[in-house]
Amino acid sequence: MIHVIKKDVPKTRDKILIRVAAVVAALLVSSIIVIFADANPINLYIGIIQGCFGNLHRFAATIQIMVPLLVLSLGVMVAFKMRFWNIGAEGQFLMGAIGASLVVRIFPNLPLPMMILTMAVFSFLFGAMWLLIPAFFKAKYGTNETLFTLMMNYIALTIVTALQYDFWKDPGAKGMPKIANFPANALLPSMSGFNLSIVFAIILVILACFFINYSKIGFEITVLGESENTARYLGINVTKTIIIAALISGGLCGLVGMFQTAGISGALSVGITGGLGFTAIIVAWLSGLKVPFIVLNSFVFAVLLQGGSYIQTAFQIPGSVAEMIQAIILFFILESEFALHYRFVSDKETREVA
Amino acid sequence: MNNDYVVKMENITKVFGQVKALDHVEFSLKKGEIHAILGENGAGKSSLMNVLNGIYVPDQGRIEVKGKTVTIHSPKDALELGIGMLPQHYKLVDVFSALENVAAGSRKTTPFLNKKKILDEMGKLINQLGMDIDPNKKVYAMSVAEKQSLEIFKVLYRGADILILDEPTAVLTPQEIKNLFQIIRKMVEVGCSVIIITHKLDEVMEISDRITIMRKGTTIETVNKKDTNSEALAGMMVGDVMELNVPWVEVTRGEKCLEVKNITAIDKNKVPVINNISFDLYAGEILGVAGIAGSGQKELCEGIAGLYPIKSGEIIFDHTNIIGKTPEDINKMGISLSFVPEDRLGMGLVSSMDIIDNVLLKDYKNTKGMGISRVISRGKAKALVEKLNVSTPAIENHAVSLLSGGNIQKVLLGREIELEPRLMLTAYATRGLDVRSSQIIYDLLNIEKKKMIPILYIGEDLDVLMSLCDRIVVLCEGKVTGIVNPRKTTKEAIGLLMSGVTEEGKEK
Repeated sequence: MIHVIKKDVPKTRDKILIRVAAVVAALLVSSIIVIFADANPINLYIGIIQGCFGNLHRFAATIQIMVPLLVLSLGVMVAFKMRFWNIGAEGQFLMGAIGASLVVRIFPNLPLPMMILTMAVFSFLFGAMWLLIPAFFKAKYGTNETLFTLMMNYIALTIVTALQYDFWKDPGAKGMPKIANFPANALLPSMSGFNLSIVFAIILVILACFFINYSKIGFEITVLGESENTARYLGINVTKTIIIAALISGGLCGLVGMFQTAGISGALSVGITGGLGFTAIIVAWLSGLKVPFIVLNSFVFAVLLQGGSYIQTAFQIPGSVAEMIQAIILFFILESEFALHYRFVSDKETREVA
Repeated sequence: MNNDYVVKMENITKVFGQVKALDHVEFSLKKGEIHAILGENGAGKSSLMNVLNGIYVPDQGRIEVKGKTVTIHSPKDALELGIGMLPQHYKLVDVFSALENVAAGSRKTTPFLNKKKILDEMGKLINQLGMDIDPNKKVYAMSVAEKQSLEIFKVLYRGADILILDEPTAVLTPQEIKNLFQIIRKMVEVGCSVIIITHKLDEVMEISDRITIMRKGTTIETVNKKDTNSEALAGMMVGDVMELNVPWVEVTRGEKCLEVKNITAIDKNKVPVINNISFDLYAGEILGVAGIAGSGQKELCEGIAGLYPIKSGEIIFDHTNIIGKTPEDINKMGISLSFVPEDRLGMGLVSSMDIIDNVLLKDYKNTKGMGISRVISRGKAKALVEKLNVSTPAIENHAVSLLSGGNIQKVLLGREIELEPRLMLTAYATRGLDVRSSQIIYDLLNIEKKKMIPILYIGEDLDVLMSLCDRIVVLCEGKVTGIVNPRKTTKEAIGLLMSGVTEEGKEK
């Protein structure tokens, strides 16, 4: 029998070695698939880099993926710090996008700065509200937030579908089920593809750093996550803390809905999330819920995603191959985390360390 | 007793990472003897027994059981050789009866439960051992002692004749301990050999035939009880000669600080966990609270700290009734209650945080605004580590969970003392600590006492309670069964009060 056991705290040297080994191994395994797809692996890997940094336009595309992913990961992190497993970033993202779109529909003629501010507030509130529902039930009745937030994603998606195919369907789209594009005064100002959301993201990163490390509420969230009993003992109001953390977590994810609609897609649609809400969970977790690593990892994931889509067109390989490469790399990165913290032992060895 | 050895362990060495848990240990068990293993925390007692029980495989050494050299790979292997270890935390199914618990996992059972057959077999064994087990009683209705008996019985029923008991008396009253010892003696009569791990000297002297003293992973000596005494054993256990007695410091007590009047609290099941308790606490006094585990000590402590709802009665501190206030309110009023909760890593400290942040836990609310500052806490943490001699590689970025139990306890208590409390509530402050670390904790408490701080000390070890405290409140099932002066009463008298006998032993 083979068992899995936890290792001691890994050394920094081991951490670096194992991670480098994981990336190398991932590239080697992907190469096999690339060769089957009749492409040269070396060229392809260079292609990924070129697809992300080859010119300003491509770099902008990478950043366009990184920004939402980063902010979503920050949102997820806040909840995870409290051991509140918010799997609903995707849904909060969509709700935030609905919030932004609602502002555009209600006040279509606001001047740009006011418009951005109002959209930001609404998208934040919509996202926050979406997480507040499971948080309330968790705080009050102890329901399981993992399943609750997960299911809320599908409700949000259904609402967006209903809006897109019926209630908010653009009559001018010749029967196409789409929601009307935002007017110019509701689009985030941008320069060669770099839009205002980057500034938002930078501010949010700084705020998140401060929030987690140097704010009372952030400290309370961490304490509550580590031990609810300790929190109670210190006189921390558990219900209040859960609610505040949920508002911030959901709000940040909701804000991304505004970045995406007003900054990139220009309109609400069922496809705007691109699954980033789920990717954010991986990013937050791989980063050990630490802000600097979240920044780094959202960049790495953005490179993977953007590079993957670039090589599809540049090398004429099927989209599924690009996805397989991404999956393989991700798999190896996750495996390296596993290898860092656990190891396999045979039956005999287990007892020695049990 | 004869001189056949049923277990011989020679040259046993076991290394975990950098730490030598067992270093060339020698141990032998004669047939039909009661052999005590004595040692401080971390001396290697449990590790050695885990080797014998097959949980650890030694890196070096030879084990001989009943004359044959063996390798034991699992508790199952051990049981086949007749070795059974009583788990420290009972592994019983609450909703099952005693009978069902015995049947579950026993290899004697057929696919279908033959209750009658098991019942017959159980009856025989129960009679032989003079145990008090009702086969049909559900586990949830049992007392701790009954559960323990059941665990012992389970091991015996599965055919063990070499029994390892790891700290079996920790959770029992003196009467229950007596009972347990009787059972152990009966077991020996029917042909079992018993190893008992403990750090209580008086128990060792009472029950054992031979004693093996361990220190820092090695065996110091194996002696016959006849040839030794408590002082000699204590000397071998701690190494150098140490004052074993917990000093009682004479302080003229000051004014009344805390007045608990007829408080009552009920638990979820509407059962009173604190039942009409009254007592006073004076400045410069350590008031002990004795009682069997679960007699309301925790609720009393939490009740005063504002963490457990008190249904009726009054708790007067600083001329104010503090019942109904939240812990936060109590702090805001300028009343500082320091409370060392039972489970030091569950409630008092955050295990994954470093010492600074753990000090900050009690401080962060004192700063104004939304932010927190670690400047003050860093200073306090540094002072705490130096003053209490906490052995830690760093106060920053080194989780307290990586420290040893004694050091964790020092951090916890030290932090509370640093807050300069006006009333200290401590519960199980030395739980799991060795003699040396406990001594430091007692000294700390005595220093606070000399500063005229009133201290409520909830303890487990009667000997310690009796020598440390000025008075002892004895609890039984949520009621005060007596408030005694430990210097004017006996341990037995307190033991009786703990089990609810109230005729004698009262102070007034």
